[in-house]
Amino acid sequence: MTLKSDDVRSIAHLARLHIEDDAVERYVDDLSSILDLVDAMNRVDSTGVVPLSNPLDASQRLRADEVTETDQRDKFQGIAPDVADGFYRVPRVIE
Amino acid sequence: MPKTVTEIRRGLAQGEYSSQELTRDYLARIARHNPALNCFISVTEDIALAEAKAADERLARGDGGLLTGVPLAHKDLFCTDGVKTSCGSRMLDNFIAPYDATVVERMRDAGAVMLGKTNMDEFAMGSSNENSWYGPAANPWNTARVTGGSSGGSAAVVAAGLAPAATGTDTGGSIRQPAAFCGVTGIKPTYGRVSRYGMIAFASSLDQGGPFAKSAADCALLLQAMAGFDGRDSTSSETAVDDYSATLEQGIEGLRIGLPKEYFAEGLDSRLASVIEDAIGEMRKLGAQVREISLPNTELSIPTYYVVAMAEASSNLSRYDGVRFGHRCADPVDLEDLYKRSRGEGFGEEVKRRILIGTYALSAGYYDAYYLKAQQLRRMIKEDFQKAFEDIDLILAPTTPGVAFDIGAKTDDPVSMYLQDIYTISLNLAGLPGMSLPVGFVDGLPVGMQLIGNYFDEARLLRAAHAYQQVSDWHLQSPEEFA
Repeated sequence: MTLKSDDVRSIAHLARLHIEDDAVERYVDDLSSILDLVDAMNRVDSTGVVPLSNPLDASQRLRADEVTETDQRDKFQGIAPDVADGFYRVPRVIE
Repeated sequence: MPKTVTEIRRGLAQGEYSSQELTRDYLARIARHNPALNCFISVTEDIALAEAKAADERLARGDGGLLTGVPLAHKDLFCTDGVKTSCGSRMLDNFIAPYDATVVERMRDAGAVMLGKTNMDEFAMGSSNENSWYGPAANPWNTARVTGGSSGGSAAVVAAGLAPAATGTDTGGSIRQPAAFCGVTGIKPTYGRVSRYGMIAFASSLDQGGPFAKSAADCALLLQAMAGFDGRDSTSSETAVDDYSATLEQGIEGLRIGLPKEYFAEGLDSRLASVIEDAIGEMRKLGAQVREISLPNTELSIPTYYVVAMAEASSNLSRYDGVRFGHRCADPVDLEDLYKRSRGEGFGEEVKRRILIGTYALSAGYYDAYYLKAQQLRRMIKEDFQKAFEDIDLILAPTTPGVAFDIGAKTDDPVSMYLQDIYTISLNLAGLPGMSLPVGFVDGLPVGMQLIGNYFDEARLLRAAHAYQQVSDWHLQSPEEFA
C-alpha cells in the first residue's frame, strides 16, 4: 500500500494535525511501510467472524442517571491556556 | 538497604527503620543516580516525606495497611492530583492533573509513599522509552542500552533500586517488555482487573495497569492493592479479586504448561532461547508438565494490534486540542489553526504517525478493510488462546525476541520497532493476564520469561513465578553500578 503526499496531507487535515511541508515525504514513506505491514491481515479469510471490540466480550456498564460530579470549574480552568469570566477562550469563530 | 517490598514490610513492622528514614534513603539514591538514568520525570520529595511521616504515625498506632510506608514510583501516565502528569509528552508538559487515578488513590490508601513519576514513551507509544519528550531512560545494566518501553522509567527505577516498586501500564507489552529488558518482575493483569480511571488513555480496549517489583511475591502484594471493581471505569470487572499472597507457596506440581511453538520459531535469538530452555527445565523439576502447543494466528497479531491500537489512539488523542488544557500554540489565527498547530507542536513523531494511521484506518471507505478486519482477526487470536487453555493451565514463552538494544539502534525504522512486540501483544488483544520475570543473562543483559494465564488467573501466574523464584536468584541480582 503506497500513499501519496496528497493522501498524507488530507489525513493530516482529518486529524487536525499540522505537518511541516518538508516532513510530508518522510510521513509518506513511514506510513506506507506501516500499511505494508498491516496489509498482511488480508492474507486471511475472516468471512463471517464476528468482530471483537471488548476483549472480554463485555458490554459497557450503565449507571443511574444521577449527578455525581461537583462543580470544580475553578480547578479545571486553573490549568487551561486561556480563560475569561469562567469561559474557555479561543479565536473568534462567528463573525 | 532492603531490596524487596516484602523485606521492607518486615523491617518497618519490626521497627528496624522508619518509613521516613527509608524514604530519605531512596530520595538520596534518586538524586545520585537519576542524572545517569533519566528514569524520573518528576521527583515528589515533599509529598514523599509527608506521606512517610503519616505512614510512620499509622505504623506506630498499629493500623498499617498492605503497603504502609513502602516507597513507590508511579508511571507518569497515572493522574496525580496537584502533580505534573506529562505522559512523556510536550503536549502535557504543563499539565497539573486535577484528580487522582484510581490506582494512585488505592496505593495511597494502602499506605504507599509516592517518590515521583517515571519516564515513559510519549502517550505509552513505544518499545524503548526513546519516544519520551524528556529523552530516553537508560538501562541500569548497561546505560548505552534502552530500558524497553513504554514503562521504561518504572522498570529502570526498580532495577537500579531507586524504588522497590513502581506502577506501569501495558497496552502491547509496556510492562512485560521493559521488565524483561531491565531484569525485574512485572505483571499485566486481565483486562478490567485494574481500573483505568485516571490512566491517560492510549488504546482503551487494550490498556491495563499493573505493578513492577523485584519478585512475584512483591507483585502479589502490589496487585492486591491495585485490583478490583471501580464504578468510575465502565470496563472494570466485577469478578472477585483473589488473595494473591495466600496461594503463593502452593507450588506447581502437576501444573500443565504450554509452549507455543510459534514463539520459539525464527526470529528468537538462539542464546536467549537457550536461557529460556534452562528455565523450562527448572519448571519441570518443580513438577510442571510441559508440552508444545500452537497459537496459529500469532503472525497476525502485529498487524491486528497496530490497527486496533492506532485507531483507538487517534480517537483518544483527539481530546488534545489546545483549548481546555495542555499545550497551545502561540497566536492562532483561527480555531483550525489553533487545533492543528497545538497538536503539531505538542505531539512527537511516533504519536503523529499513529494518529495518522489510525485516522486513515477509521476514515470513510477504509473502515471495513482495516478496523473491522482487525477486530475479526482479534477474535481469531483470542480463540487460539481459549482453545489452548482447554488443555493447559499456563503458557510459557520468551518475553522478547532479543535483549535490550542500543539506544538509537531502531529509531529510524518504526516497523522494526513494532516487531519487538511480537510475543507480548497477542494477549492484550485477547485481554489475558501475563507477566515477565528474569531468568538469566545474555551479554550481561537480562532475559525475561513470560507466563500467560487464563482470564482472572493472576493468582496462578504469580504462584508459578514465585515457585521459580524460590529456586533461582536472577530476580535478586542488581547491576553493579547501582548495587
